[in-house]
Amino acid sequence: MSDNNAHSYWKGNLKIVFSLLGIWFFISFVCGILLVDLLDSIRIGGFKLGFWIAQQGSIFVFVILIFIYIRLMDKLDAEYEDSTSPKSTVGEGESE
Amino acid sequence: MSVQIWTFIFIFLTFGLYIGIAIWSRASSTNEFYVAGGGVPPLANGMATAADWMSAASFISMAGLISFLGRDGTFYLMGWTGGYVLLALLLAPYLRKFGKFTVPDFIGDRYYSQSARLIAVFCAIVISFVYVCGQMQGAGIVFSRFLEVDLTVGVVIGMTIVFFYAVLGGMKGITYTQVAQYCVLIFAFMVPAIFISLLMTNNPIPQLGFGSELTEAFGGGYLLDRLDGLSQELGFAVYTEGQKTTQDVFFITAALMFGTAGLPHVIIRFFTVPNVRDARRSAGYALVFIAILYTTAPAVAAFARTNLIDTVNNAEYSEVPEWFTTWESTNLIAFNDKNNDGRIQYVGDPVLNELEVNRDIMVLANPEIAGLPNWVVALVAAGGLAAALSTAAGLLLVISTAVSHDLMKRSLRPDITERQELLYARIAIFVAVLIAGYYGINPPAYVAQVVAFAFGLAAASFFPAIVLGIFQKRMNKEGAIAGMICGFLFTAGYIIYFKFVNPAADNAQGWLFGISPEGIGTLGTLINLTVAITVGRMTDEPPQEVQKIVETIRLPGEAMEH
Repeated sequence: MSDNNAHSYWKGNLKIVFSLLGIWFFISFVCGILLVDLLDSIRIGGFKLGFWIAQQGSIFVFVILIFIYIRLMDKLDAEYEDSTSPKSTVGEGESE
Repeated sequence: MSVQIWTFIFIFLTFGLYIGIAIWSRASSTNEFYVAGGGVPPLANGMATAADWMSAASFISMAGLISFLGRDGTFYLMGWTGGYVLLALLLAPYLRKFGKFTVPDFIGDRYYSQSARLIAVFCAIVISFVYVCGQMQGAGIVFSRFLEVDLTVGVVIGMTIVFFYAVLGGMKGITYTQVAQYCVLIFAFMVPAIFISLLMTNNPIPQLGFGSELTEAFGGGYLLDRLDGLSQELGFAVYTEGQKTTQDVFFITAALMFGTAGLPHVIIRFFTVPNVRDARRSAGYALVFIAILYTTAPAVAAFARTNLIDTVNNAEYSEVPEWFTTWESTNLIAFNDKNNDGRIQYVGDPVLNELEVNRDIMVLANPEIAGLPNWVVALVAAGGLAAALSTAAGLLLVISTAVSHDLMKRSLRPDITERQELLYARIAIFVAVLIAGYYGINPPAYVAQVVAFAFGLAAASFFPAIVLGIFQKRMNKEGAIAGMICGFLFTAGYIIYFKFVNPAADNAQGWLFGISPEGIGTLGTLINLTVAITVGRMTDEPPQEVQKIVETIRLPGEAMEH
């Protein structure tokens, strides 16, 4: 049982890590480097979009990614602790 | 009051603060000396990590580098911040759960091998030494320019201060001085940036001013358009377009990211927080604090470049502003009137160009170029010193723990007491300060080149070994050692070949797949991974108890005891 929980926790962890790294790769390497010239044809105010992503936007996204990670992992940790805590309150409810 | 008096006041106040913190935070056990007792709150650790990370290079040189590289400067910005995503998601929480003191500690225990530990000790010391010499030199430049003291005197003052709080307080002293140094450096970086943004675009937020229209006094129009126009007019590369090949930028960015995530002085900061959750949090805070400077730097780069061109091009040499002559005396700016017309021609064509500008000037002289008050100019000196000293202290601690803990306690003399280990740690830091100071005063000619070394080597040695140690239960000592050695030798060989053996071939035609030595760490990382996985498959799996440890570090719960 506990092995199973550990296994599903690790699977959940990997899913979170790899989805976030997917976004990390996309914004920095794909948008900021590979497609930068293409994106430069779009203008927002005084910025060309590709240039802005490369020099500013990607950094904001990196910060957001880590905070999403913190939230998702807190949730995953809580689920894991619930399912493994020996005195699970589930089923003990006095409710009708 | 003059710039010099203001500088004295700021340096006196900040140094007094650092010494006060050092006395308050003396370390009495190895636990306190190595990981500050493991009780640093995540927010404080975030600030300390940011100061630890942002070196003299980030503070003094980066904006200047970008202002001359234009869009190509992107690899510094993305590389040195994107690495924190890797650090937060792939390394920090698990290493904290593992609960050791140093990076070689993790490598040695996870790969149940003294050889692996010693290879890691070697890599950690090489990487940190390369890096620390640059910091001492940065401190020396600031001292000699702003206080007009001899470079040697400047380096000695810097060394004494670092020595004082690093030897007394170890990680505990370093952590809390770094918190103070972060505040000093970010204030010193942001105040001139906000001033110059207001002056040129009427927008107080530099990140927005970067994309805004210039005021009438500066000719109007969007800042970046004007900069592109000016660059083109004078024959420089268009600022918002790239000159380097896409694959080179790709590889350099990746090498800086992997290197960031593999630098031991950054990794050990995550051993100082109470638990795994706090390790994740402090990685997030650290990147926020870093991003404040890193999103401002490209704006400063564009402002400073526009302002410089506007001010000096076609100006009468006899009428140049005062800052021009002050910086001329430090040789950071040099004018050679080739056509004898008494005017400065600052153009892209090297034959006609009459002005040589050192990149560092873009941050150091920026407040003067923009005509900001004297106290703002002086603030930059205090900030540059905070950046150099905080990073130097973190690096020195890595060297000291590698010697006292990994080399003495865990390898050569396992029977020493805690008191003796602490003494070894202090002696090691003392010797390291002396050597770093020596190289600060007599900088090796190749300082700039060897920085590429530090990142490339960290990327090609530590990063894959640690990630595989966590994410591949099956990874064994044979694989990890073979991977580290191949990655390290390949990267070091490539850089040494192009930087020292055959510099003539250091161009796109000579490079392997068009990858410059700065970006070769990425290939080194891939080689390390491939070799490690292949060798790992062909040899025995690690012992059961090691596999158990890997299972434990993957799960939430209390971090293991230090």
